[in-house]
Amino acid sequence: MIKVHFLGPIGLDSIELNCKNFAELKAELGKIEDLKAWIPLCAVALNDKIIQNPSEIVFSDNDEISLLPPVCGG
Amino acid sequence: MCESIQNLWINDGAIDTNAMLTRWENIARERNFGAVSLFVGIVRAENEITALSFDIYLPLLESWLESWQKKAQKIEPHLQILMAHSKGDVKVGKSSFMCGILSKNRKGALAIYDEFIEDFKANAPIWKYDIKNGARIYAQDRSKKLRGAGVLEL
Repeated sequence: MIKVHFLGPIGLDSIELNCKNFAELKAELGKIEDLKAWIPLCAVALNDKIIQNPSEIVFSDNDEISLLPPVCGG
Repeated sequence: MCESIQNLWINDGAIDTNAMLTRWENIARERNFGAVSLFVGIVRAENEITALSFDIYLPLLESWLESWQKKAQKIEPHLQILMAHSKGDVKVGKSSFMCGILSKNRKGALAIYDEFIEDFKANAPIWKYDIKNGARIYAQDRSKKLRGAGVLEL
């Protein structure tokens, strides 16, 4: 199982998913209607490191995924 | 309440800028720095807001600041970047962000200042909301996508 967190303004509770790789994650998140508008805007972190190249990623049990919408500090 | 990690202070609500500057000046004195270059961000009255509000994702903010410490120390070996930011609501006229660069002399600090604050705006994992008529509204039109955004679309 991996845990997925939706940060900042997304406003959804964290969920657990049984995904082995990024393609499976993408498919599962694509089923969530409230997430559709956020998908093109979000960066994704795996265990607090932002993913740049997802193709070779294989998830381990208890991995933590975070979706990060556009930011504006200050 | 003010939570402090390595060179980073996260404050519930507005920052007490006098207290923070005193703290940072003391750090500079203790470490024999000759300059504290200070930036203070103040919440402006605009768009009929009464306050701004912030969410922060601390693990990534810490690693982002740490990467900047390393970058800064390539310019001047002992240069230190200190940062304070609010979470939650900050009323108009109060401070939500402070950055202090400690250096032996001003040249090292000023060299890095502009780039640091630009990158802060673009890449620090902080989300801003307008407080207007009691509602908390995500400031999406002023927000920037992080590097790697859209990776779920590929």
